[in-house]
Amino acid sequence: MQHDDRCYPLFVGVTISVPRGSMDGVTSPAPLETERTEPAEEVFAVPEPDVPWVTIVHNDPVNLMSYVTYVFQTYFGYSKDKATKLMMDVHHKGRAVVSSGSREEMERDVQAMHGYGLWATLQQDRK
Amino acid sequence: MPGHFEPLPGGGAAVALDDVEISIIRSLAVQLLELIGPGPAEDASGDPLAELFAEGPSEPPADPVLRRLFPDAYTDPEGAPGARGADEQKAHSAEFRRYTENDLRAGKRDNALAVVRSLDALASEAADEGGAVLKLSPQESQAWLRALNDLRLAIGSRLEITDEDDTDLLYRLPDDDPRKPMVMAYLWLGGLQETLVATLMT
Repeated sequence: MQHDDRCYPLFVGVTISVPRGSMDGVTSPAPLETERTEPAEEVFAVPEPDVPWVTIVHNDPVNLMSYVTYVFQTYFGYSKDKATKLMMDVHHKGRAVVSSGSREEMERDVQAMHGYGLWATLQQDRK
Repeated sequence: MPGHFEPLPGGGAAVALDDVEISIIRSLAVQLLELIGPGPAEDASGDPLAELFAEGPSEPPADPVLRRLFPDAYTDPEGAPGARGADEQKAHSAEFRRYTENDLRAGKRDNALAVVRSLDALASEAADEGGAVLKLSPQESQAWLRALNDLRLAIGSRLEITDEDDTDLLYRLPDDDPRKPMVMAYLWLGGLQETLVATLMT
């Protein structure tokens, strides 16, 4: 039997298109990081349907409004206006969607929110 | 200004604390550390990799304070128990907990420890003068901010504050109510946190 020593890619048949501009100034072999807001087109099968996941922050009477706004600005990099609006949604509507993306990204966001002491959950964005 | 953080020129924040206030914050931070508990490596072998690969718990903590600090990640609080998908949410929450709770506990422990350390550094000065000005670097401010929030969440859970009306009620507690000292601490820590946030927003 002939030994085949070609290198196989880790995921056969995967093509990842990188958003234009995101590789500017990146010198190989830096890890390939795709931009969050512009998900790369992926053709490999994912076990779940193509429904985005969302991170939801829930209201609680202990967390200060200023602190919640500060966390949204600091962690997500939102403007003061956007952070304040999301905080008010949490306060008045009881919950607000604060980010959306892949399940892994949302798990990261939820873990970060728990680190800040905010009450957050993730779920698929069924509408 | 007592009980209020003020921004320091060039970053960081300062607050004047008397020795009673120092001992109250320190005692609460130590209680929080005891509640969060040691990391998995502290009762394991000397293998430094043991902690890296140690799995966290899959069940939510029994203590309501810890349940609030480490909530379920997949459980919709508005979903009816037994609703469709509830079992799946529970399974996902358990898995998330296994892989994140140790890290979350470590982070909260570090923040509470940072509070204890900065107060201990102040202790000799405070003992002579009856108080001292606590000065925090920007990095220490971050740890204090999160620790103050965790302390307020912990006290809020113990006081069973579950909606905004509960907070209003606390302001009107009679002086002989056994919850009064804890309520005073809760409100005072809120003022500290509020003014500390303000120094970071400028």
